[in-house]
Amino acid sequence: MQGPILDVKNLSIRYHGASADAVRKVSFTLGRERLGIVGESGSGKSTVGRALLRLLPGATITADTLRFEDADLLALSEREMLKVRGRRMSMILQDPKFSLNPIRRVGQQVAETCLRHFPVSRAEARVKTLEMLAAVKIRDPERVHDLYPHEISGGMGQRVMIAMMLLADPDLVIADEPTSALDVTVRLQVLNILDALVRDRGIGLIMISHDLNLVRNFCDRVLIMYAGRVVETLDARDMDAARHPYTRGLLAAQPRIGGSRAPLAVLDRRPEWQEEMAP
Amino acid sequence: MPDRRPRLRGILGQITTIAVTLLGLLLLTFIIGRMMPADPVRAMVGEDATRETYEQVFRQLGLDRPLWEQFLRYLGDVLSGDFGNSIRTGKPVIEDILHVMPATMELATFAILIGAGLGIPLGVTAAVNKDRWPDHLVRVFSLFGHSMPIFWTGMIALIVFYAALGWVGGSGRMSQFYIGMVPDRTGFLLIDSAIAGQWDVFRSAVNHLILPASLLGYSSSAYITRMTRSFMLDQLGQEYMTTARVKGLSRGQTIWRHAFGNIRVQLVTIVALAYGSLLEGAVLIETVFAWPGFGQYLTNNLIIGDMNAVMTCVLIVGVIFIGLNLLSDILYRLFDPRTK
Repeated sequence: MQGPILDVKNLSIRYHGASADAVRKVSFTLGRERLGIVGESGSGKSTVGRALLRLLPGATITADTLRFEDADLLALSEREMLKVRGRRMSMILQDPKFSLNPIRRVGQQVAETCLRHFPVSRAEARVKTLEMLAAVKIRDPERVHDLYPHEISGGMGQRVMIAMMLLADPDLVIADEPTSALDVTVRLQVLNILDALVRDRGIGLIMISHDLNLVRNFCDRVLIMYAGRVVETLDARDMDAARHPYTRGLLAAQPRIGGSRAPLAVLDRRPEWQEEMAP
Repeated sequence: MPDRRPRLRGILGQITTIAVTLLGLLLLTFIIGRMMPADPVRAMVGEDATRETYEQVFRQLGLDRPLWEQFLRYLGDVLSGDFGNSIRTGKPVIEDILHVMPATMELATFAILIGAGLGIPLGVTAAVNKDRWPDHLVRVFSLFGHSMPIFWTGMIALIVFYAALGWVGGSGRMSQFYIGMVPDRTGFLLIDSAIAGQWDVFRSAVNHLILPASLLGYSSSAYITRMTRSFMLDQLGQEYMTTARVKGLSRGQTIWRHAFGNIRVQLVTIVALAYGSLLEGAVLIETVFAWPGFGQYLTNNLIIGDMNAVMTCVLIVGVIFIGLNLLSDILYRLFDPRTK
């Protein structure tokens, strides 16, 4: 593993018209590994993901460093960003019901990534699309290729999404709550597919989620975000050794099969966490 | 084979709906005909006819029969293509209407081209720049188009562009000088003069058409702009737009390929409906510009109480709208996969 794929130092994001930053001085680096970002709604975790792709209209992004491989993301022009998005960095969105264009065939939408970034004919793009659909374990790619989004299940829709976003073989994939819209039964299946592809291809993964258990099982490292800042960074396997009271609170609020039937702990949020620096 | 059947049933259902709507429409026109305060018999026989003549015509028209019988007779007549004669001209109503319709169609077609050509890009621009100055500008522009009384803009436009500047022709479909110079083949002056190779007449016709068509086009563009804007806003807020951006498409590409691509069917529908209301006749513009079209025809006959003419006009308008609704249904069926 050479240098980090991503180097973020003191990233702050403010939405226009807001009185406070949505994300405050967030720093982390990412190698060819799987990094989880966990936090409750409004903690700024999705905002970080979108800022990396520079897809936050109506927000100002500032950072001391925002480096993706050899590129300074803040210095790139929009035209240069177009060559980064989809090709070198992509994002899996939450709910395939909304994130796929309802009146276009699934295959067409996957092929669009290919046609956008490579000088290929439609026929070649189709071959590549079918391969990719097979790679996300869709059993009958030819058939699925011609279906419309409303004709496929959520799990399959999310696999199509993965195919679409990994087709150009990016170096970094951001998965923004990739399974929270799915049934529990297909969640694991989709995650395993994503995990296998990311490992095989040596892709850096940022998994944004509010599901602590999911993240600790699928990631190497975890950032815990609270109120726009990172309160703690941990190795996934050291999760139980978390020191920050917020992380400990989150862990305590997890239900466990066979655990005590007592009411779950309620998070106690202290204003000073918003100010103190991450260890 | 199995997936054919629901489709066939859909088409059958559609045909039934149309038949029922048509029947309702005919009933409506029949009622309009019977309820008009004009006395058709008096209109035919004149003021100083004898009582015997009056009674005779009254019976000839079948007005002494019960209403349901009169309606059935009307149905039969219409189905066999007989819409009755005009009291004013004595000719079959349908012939008169076929004579005025091309003038209106010419006007309406040009107007809708202008209206859609202006309204759709403006609507997209407004949506893409929501709440910024282009949006405000477009909204003011279309508000004007919507709220200025068209007879007034018509007169002002005539004064400015015809009387003062002399850029366009005045009222009528062509200059007085050219009237009768081209044989009436299709009724469409532009086509007739082009066929006859009378390019002077053609130019004169364009000159006369451009001003009323622009005014009508502007006023229908107001509606088209607003609808386009709201359809686009709907799409722009969708998550699949983000997906397209993440794939590496530029903002322009996502807007035109994805968002605009998804509203095409809706757009065709509203443009068709706007076209329908233009075909119905723009009475005010036709009056201001002395345009011998359908709107004027309908109004004149309403005023003199020519029942057959009015009934047939209403029927035609109804059929136009049924046709347009059918068209939009078919378009949805063909182009929106979710309806299958």
